[in-house]
Amino acid sequence: MTFVIARSVDDALAALAAGARPIAGGSDLVVGARHGAFALPTDLVAIDRIRELGEVTVTHNGLQIGAGVTHARLMVEETIVGSYTSLADAAALVGSPATRNVGTLGGNVMNGSPAMDTGAPLVVMGASVTLKSKGASRDVPVRELWSGPGQTTAAGNELCTSINLPPTAPNSGSAYVRLEYRRAMEIAVVGAAASVTLSLDGLVTAAAVALTAVAPTIISVDLELGGSKVDDETFASVAAAASAQAAPISDLRASDSYRRHTVGVMARRAFEAAARRARGETIGVPVNRSLGIGASA
Amino acid sequence: MSNSVVAVNLRVNGTEYPLAVDLTTNLLGAIRNDIGLTGTKEGCDDCECGACMVLIDGEPVNSCSYLAVQAQGRDVTTVEGLMTNDKMHALQQNILAAGGVQCGFCTPGMLMSACSLLAKNPDPTREEIQLGISGNLCRCTGYARIIDAIAKSI
Repeated sequence: MTFVIARSVDDALAALAAGARPIAGGSDLVVGARHGAFALPTDLVAIDRIRELGEVTVTHNGLQIGAGVTHARLMVEETIVGSYTSLADAAALVGSPATRNVGTLGGNVMNGSPAMDTGAPLVVMGASVTLKSKGASRDVPVRELWSGPGQTTAAGNELCTSINLPPTAPNSGSAYVRLEYRRAMEIAVVGAAASVTLSLDGLVTAAAVALTAVAPTIISVDLELGGSKVDDETFASVAAAASAQAAPISDLRASDSYRRHTVGVMARRAFEAAARRARGETIGVPVNRSLGIGASA
Repeated sequence: MSNSVVAVNLRVNGTEYPLAVDLTTNLLGAIRNDIGLTGTKEGCDDCECGACMVLIDGEPVNSCSYLAVQAQGRDVTTVEGLMTNDKMHALQQNILAAGGVQCGFCTPGMLMSACSLLAKNPDPTREEIQLGISGNLCRCTGYARIIDAIAKSI
């Protein structure tokens, strides 16, 4: 058994090539191993002290978020709160202050849970991940990354080094909301993210909706909204499309029929909040708290 | 299991502890069993209840779900680190005076979350206090007196 603290991406990639598994905060890895979901890997490489993985950089391609950026930082980072707001909404709902301090965006994405809060925002904002291995690098859209519950298309020797978001359009906004039974240490019963772009006369020119915890992976909803007004009729069609396209299961947190219904409600609320933000209105992060969605205090 | 034992140097409450721990040992186990500081509690052992909360470089972390080896080179603070000589921290005095301690099992973790909150936000609202301790469960008090104690420590 070995434990190596990597100081650079190259250090980490060398360790992965030799068979080690990466550990950042460890909150999924250590808890999962204790529950018997899998054994703790024999060889670990700590990636939480690699400086470049902790950087948030505005580039000509948009925003590059290092895989090691924590949820605690995502929820307050100015560019994310200002332009990629749904991701801040989601990060602010993850776990508790303690889990947000150690949990990273890269860890959340690569853990591949269909209930992950940050996944639906990344889908509606068109995110990709950069996967690096020794001597190679490729970018994969997040929608092609997740292949099933807890599964990704990444190889064992690949390290997610960043999550990349394209520039946001003028007059656009995004939001993420979830159904929850309590405010902290909660897993989404269902959730939805929406991204909305409006024309100068207030019509929908582009929109995307993605759903949490209603399918084996985060799923994107097919919408036909070009030129629609931001009104009740549009909200109702978003809700109907989300409920129709969900493929939920029943488990101890909710039945499939309850999930199918409520994910439509969440999609509608996310869409409405995203449209309000697109108009320039400030709705504080997270939308769940600002608009009183989800569990009460 | 000897091939899984690794050397680790932990700095807890300012004191260096050179230890030999199994790679799978969590920070909670190292603090309680190897170092012998038993103020930090094991509750759910699942990152849910916050009884094991310690500060790592000033930030609250569930020590049950953090490997001891991950803490190398970092500053770990436990509830014992709140004392100055034999004098309790204001938070400790206030939580006792306010009746915020009943069985006491959540108290060390609650204090660490509160300590971190006040270090970052010296004048929190009641809602911000609730958010600050939202990762700490208490089965006894109903929280009101704990929040009172934290508010009184501002």
